[in-house]
Amino acid sequence: MLEYTLRRLVGTAPVIFGILLIAFVVLYLVPGDPAATLAGPRASPEDIARISKEMGLDRPLPERFVTYLGRMVRGDLGTSVVNDRPVLDSILEKLPYTLKLAMMAMAFSILIGLAAGIISATHRGGMVDRMTTLFAVTGISVPVFLSGLILLYVFAGKLKWFPTSAFGAEQSLWPMMLPAFTLGVRSGAFLARIVRSSLIEVLNQDYIRTARAKGLSPARILVRHALANALIPIITVVALDFSSFLNGSVIVETIFEVPGLGRFAMDAILKRDYPVIQGVVLFSALIFVFGNLLIDLAYAWINPRIREEMASGKA
Amino acid sequence: MIRTLQRFTPAGWFCIAVILLLFGVALFAPVLAPHDPMETDPIRRLQSPAGYPLGCDQLGQCIWSRLIHGARLSLMIGFAARFAALLIGLGIGLAAGYYGGWLDWVLMRTVDIFLAFPSLLLAIAISMVLGHGLTTVILAIAIVGWAETARIIRSAAMELRSAEFVLASRAMGASDIRIILTHILPNCLPLVTVIFAMGMATAILSEASLSFLGLGADPSLPTWGGMVSMGKDYLWIKPALSLWPGLCIALTVIVFNVLGDELRDVFDPGRKGNWA
Repeated sequence: MLEYTLRRLVGTAPVIFGILLIAFVVLYLVPGDPAATLAGPRASPEDIARISKEMGLDRPLPERFVTYLGRMVRGDLGTSVVNDRPVLDSILEKLPYTLKLAMMAMAFSILIGLAAGIISATHRGGMVDRMTTLFAVTGISVPVFLSGLILLYVFAGKLKWFPTSAFGAEQSLWPMMLPAFTLGVRSGAFLARIVRSSLIEVLNQDYIRTARAKGLSPARILVRHALANALIPIITVVALDFSSFLNGSVIVETIFEVPGLGRFAMDAILKRDYPVIQGVVLFSALIFVFGNLLIDLAYAWINPRIREEMASGKA
Repeated sequence: MIRTLQRFTPAGWFCIAVILLLFGVALFAPVLAPHDPMETDPIRRLQSPAGYPLGCDQLGQCIWSRLIHGARLSLMIGFAARFAALLIGLGIGLAAGYYGGWLDWVLMRTVDIFLAFPSLLLAIAISMVLGHGLTTVILAIAIVGWAETARIIRSAAMELRSAEFVLASRAMGASDIRIILTHILPNCLPLVTVIFAMGMATAILSEASLSFLGLGADPSLPTWGGMVSMGKDYLWIKPALSLWPGLCIALTVIVFNVLGDELRDVFDPGRKGNWA
């Protein structure tokens, strides 16, 4: 297991390097001189030159890249040009909102995905199955800004069950319900497809027939024998969705005014606060990579066969 | 060919019909639209005068005409972006899968890197570098979308590499390029059509999302995402402003997604059920 972990860590290194490189290049290619932006419109050329020197912008590109790598390794994501705050501090400040949203969305997604997937797998080919198929295709295809606006209009606007803004959601979960549901329905619809197809595959196995022949109750067969064995693809989807929720859904957080990472990124984009944008993009990409790594390690830990395949270089 | 077409279910035919209809609307938009989609008039603001089937938006522009022209922009951007992504993905996927070795390693790590970025944020970052505009939106969606295609094509190419007809062709002295173009690529084509249909859905959704956030094409252009975004400010007065373009996006994305599912079943009839 230790050897496998190390191998995977080493395999991740070039990807992380590439992510850092792309983030650096993008910021470098953005039009406009960052020193001039920071100095303001009335700065003299001498001021701009001085700031440029302070920021190290006059150094050759490779040297700047190395300095940048050094900063990143120390966890320094740079400072905002708008309010001069360290980017990492702001990210950590916004993260709890996004985390809460992600967890609630995940709960909705699992609830909807498991229920719809199990129902359609056990009623395969029937009317219920067709209805769930239709729901799943619609759920995946409807853009979140449409479903979000409809939910906002009906449940917050007309029925007034929920507030229209999630600001002040520190105390209660209630204002987060609508944004979480918007996100959860979409990934739940996708999850339903995965649950259905992996359940159907398992339900055709011999040991399910054996369990039936033994006279076990259908519910017990479904949970203990079928679902338990269909779990790996389901967990993969859930985990991947979770790491994408953690990045903060820019659109949902904008519609429902959730003060999380996605909205933070959007504000930075509107204000052209490049270091912040770079920081958020980097942070999200790294979460994704490490999330994937954790998922893979968890598999290998649960299932020794995967470890052996990896060791023999098959996968 | 006809045998293959017969495998489409009614739902599949329905989607094909809707897609043809959408392309027809896109093609003949200037003829079909009753008004100039960009003609503003403060008197018609948020009103529903005669001759304007869905009323007018906050600038007095004809909503119906804007929806019709929106089909044109959405399909054009989606098609162009998807086509570019497909070309890049095909090239990289075929090269990685066919040659293998260090080339495969380098190309696939690049794919991993691109897949790691949250796609919407990456598209936004790219559009900041390139500046606003139609071409930028197309490029941004293509750069975000090619990696997935490359990964799928690569595994198909890897399997085909050791197929007997490829080995035979190589034994007869065919060059790598020839083998890729005449043996591997044609055998990937069914897969390519599936990827293309599904990719159109994703591309149209991405374009709409970018426009919704105000980072897409010129906001005065009649794009569906832009219309939803503009209408959002009038949500409590006139929700139809956002609803109609939103439904257009949803319908278009649904038909492309279902068509993709159908195509996969059509080309792979051994698979049971229409869900992956």
